[in-house]
Amino acid sequence: MSITVDGINKRFGNYQALNNVSLDIPEGKLTALLGPSGSGKTTLLRIIAGLESSDSGRISFSGKDVTGLHVRDRNIGFVFQHYALFRHMTVAQNIAFGLDSLPRTRRPSKAEIQARVSELLDMIQLPHLAQRYPAQLSGGQKQRVALARAIATRPKILLLDEPFGALDAKVRKDLRRWLRNLHDEFHFTSIFVTHDQEEALELSDQVVVMSQGNVEQVDEPIELYARPDSRFVFDFLGQVNALSGAIQHGRLSQGKAWVTLPGVRDQGDAQLYMRPHEVRLASAPDARANLPLRIEAVSLIGAEVRIELSPVGWHSESSDDIWEVSISHAEFNRQRPTRGDLRYAVPEIGHLFTGKNTRPSPVTWAEEEHCRAQALCPS
Amino acid sequence: MHSPHSSRHRRVGDGPVIKWLLTGIALAVTAGLLIMPLLVIFIEALGAGWSSLADNLLDQYTLHAIGLTLFVAALTVPLNLIFGTALAWLVTRFRFPGRKLLITLIDIPFAVSPVVAGLLYLLLYGRNGWIGSWLADYDVQLMFSWPGIVMVTIFVTCPFVARELIPLMQQQGSEEEEAGVVLGASGWRIFRTITLPNIKWALIYGVVLTNARAVGEFGAVSVVSGNIRGQTNTLPLHVELLYQDYNIVGAFASASLLAGIAVFTLAAKGFVEWRQARILTRQQSEETL
Repeated sequence: MSITVDGINKRFGNYQALNNVSLDIPEGKLTALLGPSGSGKTTLLRIIAGLESSDSGRISFSGKDVTGLHVRDRNIGFVFQHYALFRHMTVAQNIAFGLDSLPRTRRPSKAEIQARVSELLDMIQLPHLAQRYPAQLSGGQKQRVALARAIATRPKILLLDEPFGALDAKVRKDLRRWLRNLHDEFHFTSIFVTHDQEEALELSDQVVVMSQGNVEQVDEPIELYARPDSRFVFDFLGQVNALSGAIQHGRLSQGKAWVTLPGVRDQGDAQLYMRPHEVRLASAPDARANLPLRIEAVSLIGAEVRIELSPVGWHSESSDDIWEVSISHAEFNRQRPTRGDLRYAVPEIGHLFTGKNTRPSPVTWAEEEHCRAQALCPS
Repeated sequence: MHSPHSSRHRRVGDGPVIKWLLTGIALAVTAGLLIMPLLVIFIEALGAGWSSLADNLLDQYTLHAIGLTLFVAALTVPLNLIFGTALAWLVTRFRFPGRKLLITLIDIPFAVSPVVAGLLYLLLYGRNGWIGSWLADYDVQLMFSWPGIVMVTIFVTCPFVARELIPLMQQQGSEEEEAGVVLGASGWRIFRTITLPNIKWALIYGVVLTNARAVGEFGAVSVVSGNIRGQTNTLPLHVELLYQDYNIVGAFASASLLAGIAVFTLAAKGFVEWRQARILTRQQSEETL
């Protein structure tokens, strides 16, 4: 079942929670609603579910308008942020609740319900906890019971509100993988709300980035990360190294620092954004850039070595005035950078925001240097 | 002065003189103001022996007063149970303009003196009152008869159930009910299988308090009842009448009945609180497992 969100507005008092939001959620895909708190993502999810009403706009499932349909009749699975398990019912009773609530004509027999419940208990690998009460379960177990309860009636749509928000990192990782498998097996159309960029990029087929009640960008994770549409998306999806200054004759400079911008004809104020892996560190400035930085911290944990640096003689745009560069362990062993060392950042790929343009234009250097070496550059 | 060793383990309030002084004052006040009067009631009631107590309680007018009191409580408690639950549901599950005001208004019966409440009802529903005069045209008389007594008792006791439920329901939130409705349950099924089990003990607590107050209410009832012996005399009013008749033993006999109900209420309240605390600690200890 595909989901269409068409011009949804929602106001809470003076606060515009959703501002004319339109979206297409393709059938069978796992979509993430990603944004900081207050971006309207949970409100949108609740409006799709029917738990909240919109001030204007329409929601349709597979082209059928469900805006006026009661949440009870929408036949969706919904997983709440804090699980919302029924505390006075056992795990088995919780899972059976949706089936027990079906109108008599469509309700399966007692034996069928019991069979379905034990099938779901097997699926969530908790058959031994059937007679326990929610208070006796761990967070991860509660979350799995909540999922089993939500899908007991075989809904076509599964909505999850911050499904892993309250769990610790290890359990979160396991459950993420498990949800992905579940989704692939049952072919729901799923939407989940998260403020965790990594979770959204790792888990989903499509990410909807929201901010202040607006949809900022809708894209596949890989596109979203490589080609953010706006400063907001760029900032929100991971660490950003920024140089803001003025462009003159194809060079962006601020104080002592400068970067050449091959092929850029704009003049005036601009910001150059780079991801930690789009920058390398050299011991001397080169023809591309002069970005002196001092090493503040080196973190060896993880697949890559993360180095934090502070600008020397210029300012980064970020509030903490820190640049972050990631290098491979092999590179680390060659260079042996230590705290206090002076290094020069050399950009490999940059994203240039000029003037009032919200979209960045990509900047690359390799071609320029190549043509210069061959003396083939257009003058 | 204390050695540094012992003073290190002293906390605020650990000084033995202050501790025993405060405890002694508290015990003396409790004994003088609460326990001794309660004992006096039973001693006086039994002063002339068990048979005299039985005679006094089986007196025609006393029996009627007991019957009327129980009848009023039997009407008041279920009505306030429904009203209080509905009100708590309304203010905790819905957002609407005037919600905060409504929560404040619930407390009016606690803030207003019961005598004033009785007078207000008399002014409104009495024979010359705004609504009462209109009702009188249809030969309906509310004041100086049992409907009036029930009305003011409901007014005086209506906050108890709602007051118990509102904080609990606010704290529990509406997520479980939302989960129920998403799973397709009807409103009645949600209330019966999700809401009610969650608020059960608070509800019982509210009922115990409502019942105690409904049985014991004096001020408001005395204004609207008219004190007609054998007709509109409730047990607390009856105690007052007997006392004014210099029937001291009879007054104390009836009073002992009221005091007995109070002691029973306290025991029931204690049991409910103990149950709630036990459920809470059990849930908490299980959560930390």
